[in-house]
Amino acid sequence: MRLIRIFPDDSKFRFTRWRALSFPFSAAISVLTLVLFLTVGLNFGIDFTGGTLIEMQAKAGHADIGAVREAAHSFEVGEVEAQEFGQGGQISLRFRTQPGGEQAQSALVSRARETFEKDFEIRRVETVGPRVSGELVQSGTLGVVLSIVAVLGYLWFRFELNLAIGAVIGTLHDIVLTVGFFLITQEEFNMTSIAAILTIVGYSLNETVVVFDRTRELLRKYKNLPTEELLDLSINHTMSRTVMTATTTALSLLALVLFGGQAIQGFANVMLFGVVICTYSAIFVSSPMLIYLGVTTSTRAAADDKADAAAKAASLSKPGAA
Amino acid sequence: MLYFSKWKTIAVLALCALGVLFALPNVLPQSVRDAYPSWFPARTIVLGLDLQGGSQLLLEVDANALRRSRADALREDVRRALREARIGTTSIALNGQTVAATLRDPSQLDLALEKLRPLAAPQTQSLFGGAGPAEAEIASRDGNVVTATLSEQAIQARVRGAVDQSLKIVDRRVNETGTVEPSIQRQGADRILLQVPGLQDPQRLKAILGQVAKLEFRLVDLSMPPEQAAAGRPPEGSEVLQEERGGQIAPILIEKRVMVSGEDLTDAQATFSSQDRQPVVSFKFNTKGAREFSAATQANVGKPFAIVLDNKVISAPRINEPITGGQGQISGNFTVESANDLAVLLRAGALPAPLTVIEERTVGPGLGQDSITAGTRATWYAAIFVVIFMFATYGVFGFIANIALVVHVIFIFALMSLLGATLTLPGIAGIVLTIGTAVDSNVLIYERIREEFRSGRSMVSSIEAGFKHAFAVIIDSNSTMAIAAIILFLLGSGPVRGFAVVFLLGIVTTVITAVTMTRMMIALWYRRTRPTTLPF
Repeated sequence: MRLIRIFPDDSKFRFTRWRALSFPFSAAISVLTLVLFLTVGLNFGIDFTGGTLIEMQAKAGHADIGAVREAAHSFEVGEVEAQEFGQGGQISLRFRTQPGGEQAQSALVSRARETFEKDFEIRRVETVGPRVSGELVQSGTLGVVLSIVAVLGYLWFRFELNLAIGAVIGTLHDIVLTVGFFLITQEEFNMTSIAAILTIVGYSLNETVVVFDRTRELLRKYKNLPTEELLDLSINHTMSRTVMTATTTALSLLALVLFGGQAIQGFANVMLFGVVICTYSAIFVSSPMLIYLGVTTSTRAAADDKADAAAKAASLSKPGAA
Repeated sequence: MLYFSKWKTIAVLALCALGVLFALPNVLPQSVRDAYPSWFPARTIVLGLDLQGGSQLLLEVDANALRRSRADALREDVRRALREARIGTTSIALNGQTVAATLRDPSQLDLALEKLRPLAAPQTQSLFGGAGPAEAEIASRDGNVVTATLSEQAIQARVRGAVDQSLKIVDRRVNETGTVEPSIQRQGADRILLQVPGLQDPQRLKAILGQVAKLEFRLVDLSMPPEQAAAGRPPEGSEVLQEERGGQIAPILIEKRVMVSGEDLTDAQATFSSQDRQPVVSFKFNTKGAREFSAATQANVGKPFAIVLDNKVISAPRINEPITGGQGQISGNFTVESANDLAVLLRAGALPAPLTVIEERTVGPGLGQDSITAGTRATWYAAIFVVIFMFATYGVFGFIANIALVVHVIFIFALMSLLGATLTLPGIAGIVLTIGTAVDSNVLIYERIREEFRSGRSMVSSIEAGFKHAFAVIIDSNSTMAIAAIILFLLGSGPVRGFAVVFLLGIVTTVITAVTMTRMMIALWYRRTRPTTLPF
């Protein structure tokens, strides 16, 4: 049986040379993201803005979005966002937090129920108060920041500071681009999006760590190889694994995009995008970054120390061999 | 040497068997699980509200209201203490948590301080059950002002106590309404999370939880027309409240002194009045309440008294004769439902402070079922895609990785059942995602084996070296993922936390299955077939 092999064996691609393209490209995209962030802004869900979300399904199978919008506007409750999604007349309505505390939100929901219950099945009602949404913003931001700091610490402990910084730059790059994805698609940004971003943080580092682990190993073997060649070698060595894992992960996410249903679609789309971005950044951003961060001095010394320590430990554990 | 000891094989197989045992209840019908012997694991994964449909309310105990009422009470205490000691004041002002009394005669300052001293005594319990923090701080300033400031610790202690008590009362109220399987948990310092599976419209529940339900029987003050009192200043010891009479809101002057309060009720039921068949709420007092009510009605025959609920007058009937039986009826514009709700509220007791709904999430059963269907389908497709791809790439080794993948998913279900974890929609997404990432450990090992083999090593030594060298990178790459997942678990709530749990469990089980199970299967395969070249 002939088996699949996506990436050729014994490849000698000069991946790091591509940084002449990938660095400006990534920088440009990052700047574009920043500009979009400041001008267009994220489409924050009620998790972060507070307010009320109602999702409903037309009993007839199709809905007149215009009529729904009109009916919702007649409540006179400020800005209403009415959107049709999925197939078969699913509509989501988003209202701002109403002045007047809990009673006002309840009154709004009751009114919406009364108005639409006849023609629609009310499938989801969520009301998030301003205090809760404020806290969610806080914990979401804290989560992303904390995860980066924690991982930086872990990698510093397990590898070396400059490798850790290289990996974290790659991860920041992935976060920025993921936010860019939200900006361009105007996909709703909510607590699940934070979960997606944190998962992407984990995945991005996973990809980078595998390459860097090889870099560290090769350092011991080829002590005088120039950094660029060392990195190219590491990437080539780990490339077939990178491609395999990216493919299996993408395949499972593809299943989620195609069959997972509307409620999880947003998450699946972002994750699929994230896997592509993480793979790209591990090869074309974090790794070549080490050329500038310097893998030559302290890292090499540390690799030597670790190799020595390992050899020592090995000889100690086998007293007969000494 | 490629050797996998017998006891290790047994251990791995036993672990698998345990995994199957714990995961099994999830696919068995209830009747089979009921027939299980009692020591058998029969726990299943709990479905989150986003999957089974239902309503979730996050309630917050209004600590500020508690603070305000404590401050008001402190002012009353100061006023009374000074009056009883016959110490004249020009003003008693409340500013935030501080009551400041300006004395008419500065020479009485020391006396005033002494008389206020008892107000500082601790009234709450500490966290460990001993005497709590001082209730207030008594001080003086400017030579003629005494101040009493509520201590922050005492307020915190009261908030804690209020949340504990609110939990009990919410539990009672929710259960009294006949709600099925509610889950009521404390969340954070001052919040209560209430989840009710299957509930589609939480309006009634919210209405029932939104009331403090403080019931008081007080006398009506007839010394002044209520309109005049409302316009000017009500007499000392009385206040103007609102009463609904025939669809109209009218002021009514009520004494502040409480004859009997709702705390002394032992029972309340919605019934119909024997005279006009209107819905009423009948109640029973405990001995103390009955005695006090009897004494108060005896002394005030012919006068009206008011039944006050949360500072609103429900009705103000005339006392025709002393009520000595310790029971009575509350009438007043009730519908059957509102009489029922009031009876529930009175039976469950008053809340120590108002509760506010700060977050509400309701998912209809249709959406939940759709999510389960779609999630299951996505899981199957993901598994099929990955299994085919792995087999097409690694042949026999891929087949082995696929077995490990199946065990990995079984382990996730087993661990979630064991821990009683909640499966949410993002949790299903987590399972699908780990199907893609779980094979990563296998891929790392296989690619390494391949490299070693191509560099000229023998089969056995390549496989050995592959496992050995891949181990460190498996640990490192999974640790970084685990860090992100742990942070998500700590900071997330509800569905998102469900995702973090699955993802975290998935990371643990994939490492275990890859380094033990795969190794075992490859060792077995090698011993059986003695190949000279890699199958991929």
